[in-house]
Amino acid sequence: MGGEVRQLLEQIHRFSRRCLFRVLSMGPLPTHLAFIMDGNRRYAKKRGLEDGSGHKAGFSTLMSMLQYCYELGIKYVTIYAFSIDNFRRKPEEVQSLMDLMLEKIKSLLDKESIVHEYGIRVYFIGNLGLLNDQVRAAAEEVMKATAKNSRVVLLVCVAYNSTDEIVQAVKRSCVDKADRDTERIQLVDIEENMQMSVAPEPDILIRSSGETRLSNFLLWQTGNSQLFSLDALWPEIGLRHLVWAILNFQRSHSYLEKRKKQL
Amino acid sequence: MSTIIIAFNNTDIAFNISPEPSMEAVPSSQLYYTVCLLSLHNHHNFLINQFHKRMISLRVPAPSSFNLQRLNSQALERRWRLGRDCFLSFSPSCVENRIGLGVRSTKSEMAPFTAAEEETLPEGLQPELMPKHVAVIMDGNGRWAKIQGLQPWDGHRAGVEALREIVELCGKWGIQVLTVFAFSTDNWIRPKIEIDFLLSLFERTLKSELETLAKNNVRISIIGDSSKLPKSLLEVINEVEEVTKNNTRLQLIVAVGYSGKYDVLQACRGIAQRVKDGEIDVEEIDEGLIEQELETNVTEFPYPDLLIRTSGELRVSNFLLWQLAYTELFFAQELWPDFGRNGFVEALMSFQQRQRRFGGRKS
Repeated sequence: MGGEVRQLLEQIHRFSRRCLFRVLSMGPLPTHLAFIMDGNRRYAKKRGLEDGSGHKAGFSTLMSMLQYCYELGIKYVTIYAFSIDNFRRKPEEVQSLMDLMLEKIKSLLDKESIVHEYGIRVYFIGNLGLLNDQVRAAAEEVMKATAKNSRVVLLVCVAYNSTDEIVQAVKRSCVDKADRDTERIQLVDIEENMQMSVAPEPDILIRSSGETRLSNFLLWQTGNSQLFSLDALWPEIGLRHLVWAILNFQRSHSYLEKRKKQL
Repeated sequence: MSTIIIAFNNTDIAFNISPEPSMEAVPSSQLYYTVCLLSLHNHHNFLINQFHKRMISLRVPAPSSFNLQRLNSQALERRWRLGRDCFLSFSPSCVENRIGLGVRSTKSEMAPFTAAEEETLPEGLQPELMPKHVAVIMDGNGRWAKIQGLQPWDGHRAGVEALREIVELCGKWGIQVLTVFAFSTDNWIRPKIEIDFLLSLFERTLKSELETLAKNNVRISIIGDSSKLPKSLLEVINEVEEVTKNNTRLQLIVAVGYSGKYDVLQACRGIAQRVKDGEIDVEEIDEGLIEQELETNVTEFPYPDLLIRTSGELRVSNFLLWQLAYTELFFAQELWPDFGRNGFVEALMSFQQRQRRFGGRKS
């Protein structure tokens, strides 16, 4: 009996969400949303749970947010899963994060996973060579398995730093143009060598847990993105935050379009 | 609006501001007063800072001349507007008569007044937590001018005054580098008349401020793509950079024709050239190398600790890029000409309360 009630509630939620999203899509919608999922450990501490459970709660929040984004019709979502700077944390914490990531990456290949439900193409962006072999292999397998999907895209930044991404792109540009005049190096040459070139620039960047900084995430790509710093910790983030961000985006969008037209 | 009662003795002018009856219940820390004085000569109305405190003493040096204007003797209460380059000059003989204040509009004859409290850090700010490098996107001049019913160039002029104030504060409060976004590569699309005005305003300001800056031990550096700038401006820039290059108190970096992507691009070109010349190997390219090649290498602290953007826009607009990796961002609602000391203090307070972890963990 409980299961049926739950199913019914879920149906009602889905239906009301669909109505809400239909209203939202009357206005302009972002094409690309980026998230800095900050605050998992603080959440665990706040609730008096053990350390690892903060990240687990964060993961389930991530799944919900992805679901909402793709239901709304946002094509690209980028998440900051693990920074190169995070390797500096205590080895036990790094290891447990890697274990969690391995488990979750593998679960993306399941038939019931969100990847199949929405036809997500997954990219892993970052210096993958810094990851241990297992995680890297799992990531590459997921990328290969989802390469044919084209409806929506998920970009997972792991072992990523924006400055590192730029260094790699600069290296590649130097190699490409080695035989040609260096003055000819243009912005597009660097841009096409960036790992994130598979997606357009984010329209919105949302950071949870109240910090207002980029922490070396998508520096190149967020030049014109609207930046939102939400006080809630990542596991506390929900549909209302997404809706709020999109409404704000819609409010400033017309002004921005006018300026873009001038360009 | 609250009432202002003006009383003065020989050299001090004290504004005693009392709140209107309806505002009496509001705690004084939350009350804002706008003090303005009329410029009787050039009819420009500029709003100066909003003050928290009720009593402001402005000390002006002994006047050389004054202009007396008879005012409405009905009331002592008067609301005045003051242009940023207007100040009060008066003679002791007005004291008894309480007739009124003359306002004279000129820039160079008197040293600008400063309120007494500026010498030390305001309450609440800790000296050891001050940022070394502050970056500012001075947005909102155009909108401000529109709201005031003025032309865009009046907005930019007011913006210059606001900048002057912030530069002074940085010098006083121990901030070592201040980077300001004057003109972006995207701004080239603006109407030619506005661009010409902006660049000539920049040139004039540099020339007129050179002496003050040199005297206050401020070093100026200009970064950005100088290829599109007019020759006369380039000459002034070179002169100013040369004259101030040994100053140590504050480094003011002005970004003109600059954008973050452009900076990385020119660094990339420089590196590519060095690779081509055989000076370095491609494999040796790393973050440190790029940092060296960026235009912000003119300073010892190329990475801003705090970035302030005014006018409520929640964007970085490609101002800096690489340098902002760990910068704390502060978005102020006010338009730039209104930002001033209070906005700056608020930004600094917010900065000092933040916990910076640079990707690690707070143990």
